[in-house]
Amino acid sequence: MPKAANNSGWTLVIRPRKRLLDLDLKSLWRYRDLWYMYIRRDIVTFYKQTILGPLWFVIQPVLTTVMYMFVFGGLAGISTDGAPQPLFYLSGIMLWNYFSDSFNSSSNVFTNNASVFGKVYFPRLVVPLAGLTSNLIKMGIQLGLFILVYIGYLIAGTPLQVNAALLLFPFCLLLLAGHALSWGLIVSSVTSKYRDLKFLVSFGIQLFMYATPIIYPMSAATGRIGKILWLNPLSPIFEAFKYGCLGCGSLSWGGLLYSTLFMLVTLFLAVIVFNRVERNFMDTV
Amino acid sequence: MNAIEFDRVGKLYRLGQVGTGTLSHDLNRWWQTRILGHEDPYLRIGEANDRARKGSSDFVWALKDISFHVAEGEVVGIIGKNGAGKSTLLKLLSRVTAPTAGEIRARGRIASLLEVGTGFHQEMTGRENIYMNGAIMGMTRAEIASKLDAIVDFAGIERYLDTPVKRYSSGMTVRLGFAVAAFLEPEILVVDEVLAVGDAEFQKKAIGKMQDVSRGEGRTVLFVSHNMAAVRSLCQRGIVLENGGMVFDGEVNEAVDYYIDGAVSKEDGTIMDSIIYKKDFLDISEILINGTSANRTTLEPRQEFLDIVIRGEAREAMKCEVKLILKKLDGTPMASLIEGRYTGRLISVDPGPFEIRKHVRLPKYIADGDLLVDLYLHQPIIQDFFIARGCALIHIEGFYDEFATPLVLGTEGFLGLESE
Repeated sequence: MPKAANNSGWTLVIRPRKRLLDLDLKSLWRYRDLWYMYIRRDIVTFYKQTILGPLWFVIQPVLTTVMYMFVFGGLAGISTDGAPQPLFYLSGIMLWNYFSDSFNSSSNVFTNNASVFGKVYFPRLVVPLAGLTSNLIKMGIQLGLFILVYIGYLIAGTPLQVNAALLLFPFCLLLLAGHALSWGLIVSSVTSKYRDLKFLVSFGIQLFMYATPIIYPMSAATGRIGKILWLNPLSPIFEAFKYGCLGCGSLSWGGLLYSTLFMLVTLFLAVIVFNRVERNFMDTV
Repeated sequence: MNAIEFDRVGKLYRLGQVGTGTLSHDLNRWWQTRILGHEDPYLRIGEANDRARKGSSDFVWALKDISFHVAEGEVVGIIGKNGAGKSTLLKLLSRVTAPTAGEIRARGRIASLLEVGTGFHQEMTGRENIYMNGAIMGMTRAEIASKLDAIVDFAGIERYLDTPVKRYSSGMTVRLGFAVAAFLEPEILVVDEVLAVGDAEFQKKAIGKMQDVSRGEGRTVLFVSHNMAAVRSLCQRGIVLENGGMVFDGEVNEAVDYYIDGAVSKEDGTIMDSIIYKKDFLDISEILINGTSANRTTLEPRQEFLDIVIRGEAREAMKCEVKLILKKLDGTPMASLIEGRYTGRLISVDPGPFEIRKHVRLPKYIADGDLLVDLYLHQPIIQDFFIARGCALIHIEGFYDEFATPLVLGTEGFLGLESE
């Protein structure tokens, strides 16, 4: 058969390198059912063979909140800017859990799924995206708890100022997801070859929590420390949420803009790195 | 029309540790190729993938310069020894890893079965896993739902559908995994030795299904297997790989014959050359089969015994027995001597020089033909002391006297039965 006749109509061409930014959103969309199945698997396997089931999603933040109230609110006496301690800590823990869980799940994409990735091709991005979503569901359950406690305080007559900034909540979540995804992807791409980073990251993220306004309000961080803490792109997000529902903290439009730009740049880098590693990581993992 | 084209495809692997020292190599490569625009410094030093010889380079071509075309609806068998590059080739085609050089073109949806039950989660039920596995292979939920009954039926797991997979027997898991893949309906199916698992009945079913896929439905299939019988019956064309290169491409029977010729150890070698595994405390100085240490020997007509002598030195005590398997050139076992298994008596070898002799009685009527010998020294079920597969080629003249012509191995089998 003459070669010229065969040159057209290939549905797949595999080459050593591909373009730097080749997202292939079309095939990502084609695999949306896999995305759904991964979410389902995450949720279902989480509470298989447990008695309390999904209740475990709630127990952890409750106990952490109690511990924070005792250590940071009680012993250390760190201010909560006038907001009730349980609500203040719970809101921070809820958002932080979402960020750190999402970060962890996307930073382990390659190492945790090596056996599957080694056998079948599908757009690898499906897995971290599903991780973000199942963590979102988990956070939704914790949000329910937060709302219950919130209503409890309202009934008890505590003055809580809900304001229009609460409408930013979905945007805040989107920002958090974007940060978690892009940092996670970069880490997972690098750890597929150089494992050292894994150790650095797992305790680094714990330390990073203290650089984020969760157990303290930004108003407590003044002077040079305050300036440094505002460099943390997560700070404006936490502050905006607390401002919206508790009336404490501060809403900084500049900060949110900074956080958004930061997220877009890292996400761009992350996708490039991820794309490169995706192709050959089986040889190095 | 071609469904798949390989155009001078190559894959380079780095040997040794990946974690240490590669950062500097990576930076160097990046600097040389991207910034200075030089040729990749590590691509040049690659050499052919011969695992038996120790090469000077850390880089090895698992595949090199592979070019072939597969027409639509063709069923091609890929054969070769372990490490010849078969699996790498399938991995490239199924996009698990990218080639280092060349280009692969394909037309239509590719489903790769490099493993059955990819992504199965032990805690999930059979039903949930069917959906999970199907989705990983690229099926939509609607597609899977419409085929669910057929899949469950094919796998024969109806009663266990809502039981977690961790309670399944390994056979059930394999059947379920294959069943999902069998109903994928891709244009191109890539299969790697999955048929090696499962019981005989299931293997038959699986081969039958693959025949349907290729013949009845006109799909393109690439099939890698060590099972020459399966390759012969399934494929029309065979490609033989050796040390990462393509050495034969043609009609399947010729390809299998070519491979078998290559699999038999080289003429004028010795039996000792084929030892692929040996305990460290063991030294083998000589192995004789039928009185010779060469890897070719002939059994005369009416020869009643086959003698085996193993001499060597052990630095530890062993309880062992000789295991001998006679097989046809395509790998089908014909007969074996595994007395350790059926009598339970083992030979005790004390530390120091030893000699083990076996005087194996042969049946009266055996066929004319060539058989390969696998020789082991083992402690049944527990351990192997040495393994020498395909270590000698025995030409059997077969039984004959003035009246009878010998049996023929290929058509009448290895053994002539007697009646009273």
